Amino acid sequence: MTKLFTPLLIVTAALFAYAPFAIQNAPYESTMGLVQKIFYFHVPAWIAMFLAAMVCGIAGAIVIFAGRKDADRVAQAAAELAVVFGLMGLITGPLWGRKAWGVWWQWDARLTSALVMWLVFVAYLLLRKYGGAGSEKLSAVLALFGMANVPFVYWSVNVWRTVHPKTSVVMTLEPSMGIPFLLCSLAFVGLFAVLLAARVRLETVRGSVDELYLSLED
Amino acid sequence: MRRLLSLSFAFIFVALPAFALQQPPSPPEGFVPASSVPGQEQLPAAPLVIIAYAVVWLLVLGYLWSIWSRLTQAERELADVSRRLATGQRR
Repeated sequence: MTKLFTPLLIVTAALFAYAPFAIQNAPYESTMGLVQKIFYFHVPAWIAMFLAAMVCGIAGAIVIFAGRKDADRVAQAAAELAVVFGLMGLITGPLWGRKAWGVWWQWDARLTSALVMWLVFVAYLLLRKYGGAGSEKLSAVLALFGMANVPFVYWSVNVWRTVHPKTSVVMTLEPSMGIPFLLCSLAFVGLFAVLLAARVRLETVRGSVDELYLSLED
Repeated sequence: MRRLLSLSFAFIFVALPAFALQQPPSPPEGFVPASSVPGQEQLPAAPLVIIAYAVVWLLVLGYLWSIWSRLTQAERELADVSRRLATGQRR
């Protein structure tokens, strides 16, 4: 991962630098107009959030069944990223909805389930911070519940009646909109990987500090 | 003169109460449909788009700064504890 970090950082930075031009050149949507351009950062932010939730859940499962410390570090890093990317989605969504739907928020299946999923990862971080010793396994269970939410949130628009656009919107994008969207999605996935690597490094250093303190005490 | 006075009294006691009793123009019974929203009431999209992109950038930069400062602090602490361990010093 250390070898990949610098090239990944460069590619991600380049994608983010080009993203504004790609978004500006993308055509306006016929009914929503300019405000639809929020889509190019809103959906990729949720893709990164889903990715973080899944990484956190899988790492949590490894913590529960194998008790590995490195997996716990990954889970903790991914949970924090899930909260950050989820916050991006939860802020940009209402800004788009205010213009497109006339309301900031709607308590429908998609928006409510997305908020609940985000709150699960906020709970994970609070548990890690204030749960004390032994909170690793309890928070790993919480991570599994957070990951289990991902398919529900994704399919909610297709199953329940909601004001939110359906998942088929992405698959049916015209190339003029699809290419900028793909570019932004890759940028967010790259950003997720870069931030995850940096955040895991932080947990590794903290782990080393704790081990050294213990050997200093002995 | 007498006629003028009687006309004035008639106006004061008959015509004025009649005007006073007159109902104000009634408001429409329901909402009146309009073909388009008045220009001043249309919500502009540009500020919403700008705020959305600004929020994302601020969150990314803020989080990067947060990781960088926490990592610097942890590495400093690691170096400090390693040095103390090497010299056999206790906390």
